[in-house]
Amino acid sequence: MKALGIEGTAWSLSVAVVDENDVIAIAENPYIPKEGGIHPREASQHHSEHIAELIASVFSKVKPDEIDVVAFSQGPGMGGCLRVVATAARTIALKLNKPLVGVNHCLAHVEVGRWKTKAKNPVSLYVSGGNSQVIARRGNRYRVFGETLDIGIGNALDKLARYMGLKHPGGPKIEELAKKGRKYYELPYVVKGMDFSFSGLVTAAQKLYDEGVRKEDVAFSFQETAFAMLTEVTERALAYLDLDEVLLVGGVGANERLQEMLKTMCEDRDAKFFAPPKRLMGDNGAMIAYLGLLMYKHGYETPVEKSTIKPDFRIEEVVVNWD
Amino acid sequence: MGKKLLSIYIGGEAVVKIYDNKVEKIRKPKKYRIRRLDKILRIRRTKSEAKILHLARKSGVATPIVYDVVGCKIVMEKISGEPVKHVMNAEISKKIGESVAKLHANDIIHGDITPMNMIIQDGKIYFIDFGLAFIDNKIEPKGVDLHVYFESLKAYYDDWKELKESFVEGYLRAGGSKDVVLRAEEIESRGRYVERVGLA
Ligand SMILES: Nc1ncnc2c1ncn2[C@@H]1O[C@H](COP(=O)(O)OP(=O)(O)OP(=O)(O)O)[C@@H](O)[C@H]1O
Ligand SMILES: Nc1ncnc2c1ncn2[C@@H]1O[C@H](COP(=O)(O)OP(=O)(O)OP(=O)(O)O)[C@@H](O)[C@H]1O
Ligand SMILES: [Mg+2]
Ligand SMILES: [Mg+2]
Repeated sequence: MKALGIEGTAWSLSVAVVDENDVIAIAENPYIPKEGGIHPREASQHHSEHIAELIASVFSKVKPDEIDVVAFSQGPGMGGCLRVVATAARTIALKLNKPLVGVNHCLAHVEVGRWKTKAKNPVSLYVSGGNSQVIARRGNRYRVFGETLDIGIGNALDKLARYMGLKHPGGPKIEELAKKGRKYYELPYVVKGMDFSFSGLVTAAQKLYDEGVRKEDVAFSFQETAFAMLTEVTERALAYLDLDEVLLVGGVGANERLQEMLKTMCEDRDAKFFAPPKRLMGDNGAMIAYLGLLMYKHGYETPVEKSTIKPDFRIEEVVVNWD
Repeated sequence: MGKKLLSIYIGGEAVVKIYDNKVEKIRKPKKYRIRRLDKILRIRRTKSEAKILHLARKSGVATPIVYDVVGCKIVMEKISGEPVKHVMNAEISKKIGESVAKLHANDIIHGDITPMNMIIQDGKIYFIDFGLAFIDNKIEPKGVDLHVYFESLKAYYDDWKELKESFVEGYLRAGGSKDVVLRAEEIESRGRYVERVGLA
């Protein structure tokens, strides 16, 4: 069985086809802001200008009639971007006369991770630009056990990078700088149970930079503090839920220092650490296609009249009837 | 009376050894974080936990008695009983609300109010794990305290709405402030509707 998936909740615009085993084709054209952060209107404009060519590109590798189901990210995300994606998905589904499945973007991150790593029942740390959550399954739903009280870790990294004159996306640039950091400056470490907060940390790091601290040391101190917070809440969730697997997903999951910290924590308590390949960590069409395939095989279908976008779609809303 | 080790719990920040007549909470170094930060956190949290366990009891909330503090180890009274997690109901949630109101009246923020961090013994609710606790008189941290509890109810129990209402009833009845309850609601919607934009 093959599924086509379209992702475009924010910066990423990506169309892919997968079957049960692997990614068969993928075409991508990310929106990269010329300056500053993501502008919602520019992003949706970018998506509507490029979506047709990405679909055409995928259909040059996979014949349209081989597709069994069309999946799209229904939310959460930016309204304008989601609308472009939903419209394209509806059009393809109607034209090919194939079923449509609207999927939850966050759940897609988790399920593509489980697919590619074979993690069974993990505590998932989902870290991206807009989202930072500790997720685990309880019965037939995924539950969010902890999350950011203000901004996502990716947005925090991007914001700090921009402040230090680096271009968007800032996460990878902060990672490179941090590798050359030597001195640790104490920054606000804010953990509340399994919740956490990053905005005070960003402000304090910006202040360090204003005071003339080397960029490398600011980046280093920021990462060490923020990632220790994320590792602590993940460990707390393992202990509370009595689980022994950790799955790291989302764009910030590409960060090697974060991976290393989680791996060390897992080793020290005999838990297993899993991370999918880098190209499936950040937003991508393959994860949407895969979750669409999984849901379709388990009886889900989204009639066109119910395919309206859900900008605030929460992972808990989805009833999970698969293993 | 012997000193039999009954079980070991490896939590988010400490190793907890439970003996038949005492409990040792030891903050061992966490290898994943750099030495400097690790040391700051372990020392600060041990000191503050021991101090706030005591302050909480003075405010009328049951907590284990601290027998000794050595380096990053707290030796305390063992509370035998059921973790609230296993026996939660509306009546208990109301009592928890009353206790949290007493803590807040004394500006004690627990920092990690979940059903795993309370033990019920002879009908009395003991609060444990003050590792993330601090003193603050503002509405915001008190609101976050409630928010953390409500989120944990949602994650564990299907009847979380009822449990939440009972908590609020107990909290207000014991003198907790309405503003704090409202702030908790606001914090929940904050996380949910943030524009997912890099501008922030
Ligand atoms: N190596 C890295 N280290 C740290 N952060 C990174 C790294 N690579 C990417 N990022 C960050 O990942 C974020 C993008 O994550 P992702 O691709 O999941 O997109 P998103 O739109 O933010 O996701 P979501 O819609 O799931 O919230 C950006 O903030 C970027 O800076
Ligand atoms: N005084 C006590 N009497 C009986 N049991 C206790 C006592 N203190 C702790 N425990 C048990 O040990 C467990 C862990 O203790 P505690 O929550 O203090 O550790 P922690 O490392 O801070 O955990 P967390 O992961 O929540 O930060 C508790 O959930 C409880 O079951
Ligand atoms: Mg994402
Ligand atoms: Mg604790």
